Amino acid sequence: MAIKKRKHKKLYLNRSLGGNIVINIFLVLIGAFMVLPMVYAVSNSLKPLSELWIYPPTFLPQNPNLSNFKSLFTLMGDSWVPFSRYLANTLTVAVVGTGGHVIISSLCAYALAKIKFPGREFIFQVIVLSLMFSTAVTGIPNYLIMGKLHMINTQWALIVPAFGSSLGLYLMKQFIEANIPDVLIEAAHIDGAGHSLIFWRLVMPLVKPAWLTLIIFSFQSLWGVGATTFIQSENLKTLNYALSQIMAGGIARQGTAAAATVIMMLVPVIVFVTVQSNVVETVATSGMKD
Amino acid sequence: MKKKRENLLQAMNRGKIGYLFILPYILIFFTFTVLPVIISIIFSFTSFNVLEWPKFVGFANYSRLFFSDSVFVTGVKNTIVFAVILGPGGFLMSLICAWFINELSPVIRSIVTLIFYAPSISGNAYLIWSIFFSGDDYGYANSILTRLGFITEPIQFFTNPDYMIWVIIIISLWTSLGTGFLSLIAAFQGIDRTYYEAGAIDGIKNRWQELWYITMPLLRPQMMFSSLMSITSSFSIGPAITALCGYPTTDYAAHTIMNHLTDYGSTRFEMGYASAIAVVLFFMMIGFNKIMQKFLAGVGD
Repeated sequence: MAIKKRKHKKLYLNRSLGGNIVINIFLVLIGAFMVLPMVYAVSNSLKPLSELWIYPPTFLPQNPNLSNFKSLFTLMGDSWVPFSRYLANTLTVAVVGTGGHVIISSLCAYALAKIKFPGREFIFQVIVLSLMFSTAVTGIPNYLIMGKLHMINTQWALIVPAFGSSLGLYLMKQFIEANIPDVLIEAAHIDGAGHSLIFWRLVMPLVKPAWLTLIIFSFQSLWGVGATTFIQSENLKTLNYALSQIMAGGIARQGTAAAATVIMMLVPVIVFVTVQSNVVETVATSGMKD
Repeated sequence: MKKKRENLLQAMNRGKIGYLFILPYILIFFTFTVLPVIISIIFSFTSFNVLEWPKFVGFANYSRLFFSDSVFVTGVKNTIVFAVILGPGGFLMSLICAWFINELSPVIRSIVTLIFYAPSISGNAYLIWSIFFSGDDYGYANSILTRLGFITEPIQFFTNPDYMIWVIIIISLWTSLGTGFLSLIAAFQGIDRTYYEAGAIDGIKNRWQELWYITMPLLRPQMMFSSLMSITSSFSIGPAITALCGYPTTDYAAHTIMNHLTDYGSTRFEMGYASAIAVVLFFMMIGFNKIMQKFLAGVGD
């Protein structure tokens, strides 16, 4: 332990005290701005309805209470499709979509980065280009394709396209390229390991920060899926859709809406904190670099 | 020629495990991403109102865009202004913040990362700024400026073209610590510390030299990812502009291509025309990305 600690101190060479102070002041100032929306959302949700409209507006609640959350849960209890149903739908989409995406895109990213075969450069270019085409106009073609595949009004319409998102692939490919030297894979080959074994036992553990980060992105975006043209049945709809219906209830629902915002934010934040603390704990050492 | 084809087949045979690995992804990617894009590009040569079968019109949509739609030309100009500031700006902010955060101790690092990422994770991120810069008495900015005696009547931050662009730029920079930032945080974790020790022996004198000569060249692949994320988000700030300033903005002062696209695609249902706009946007992004990649390739020299 003592040795480890000494090593930790040695990590930061070439650091001036003055620079450290300036950087920390910078981080505190920027951080104060960044945290604003989260503080504001929480503080608003704790304001009783009367306080939401007082003048001049207050940033922090004067008499914080949980009345907004209480009325939100009452409204949720009154809904003819039980709220547990919406929650289960969203969790299914987010968990299955994220899991599938991480595995499928990592496999492909590994092959594109480290296995030589004709066409891989071209395929990779197409994937990067696809990130730049606006999804605002691909909705109709997508709907037609899903109709042909009988995916409309099933949860597959949300899950399967998420498997093939280009963002995750690009991310994984860049990390594998940066962190895994070719010689490491060649050495494993000489030891008799095949590509499946190398991918699963060698590459994936070494790019753990990358796929943990990808879990955050993918979960967050699937958790946020709201109203969509692909799903019409009420009992297949998502939590975000149900909460936005409650929030659309006008001024009288402002307090409930604030509570709903916090509830929607809570799960991604929990996922973020759990996953991110693993990212920063991983100290990547491949043992050899070229 | 024949020999060449044999070589290709041989190479394909040797790499067949590669095709197996990419197969599941490529099937899904092709079906739900490539195919819709191809269909949209075809739509861009048609007149299509979503109800009737598309009618082929050749390059009519494109010539209308560039020669008779002055609002679109304004949109192109504004988009370029925003992209030139926000693309590199957002990327540099992500890089510098990730770099600073990287040197904190692990527990503090995760907390600070969450704080910096907060605008991307909270659903109501813009709301706070629309209240802060609000043009009536509820706006914090106006109330502070009035109290300090700088102004006598409230500034209409979201409707006055003189202020609008700057307010949008500040707010967009503030939300720019998203995907690219988080991936750079992870990227810093992958750097082998022995490089820094070797660098110190080779005469690296301060943290800036260390960043430029050691860290940035090692992070080049991830920086390319991050810079593309920054470019795509700077080109698509349209919805944020509408959320803050309404649609259309005063004198189209903050009208971007994305706003034009949403207008024709979702409001007027001129899908052919909207697709043509998307294609133009696509080529602009490719051009910008090329330029940014050029800069990144020169890092550390």
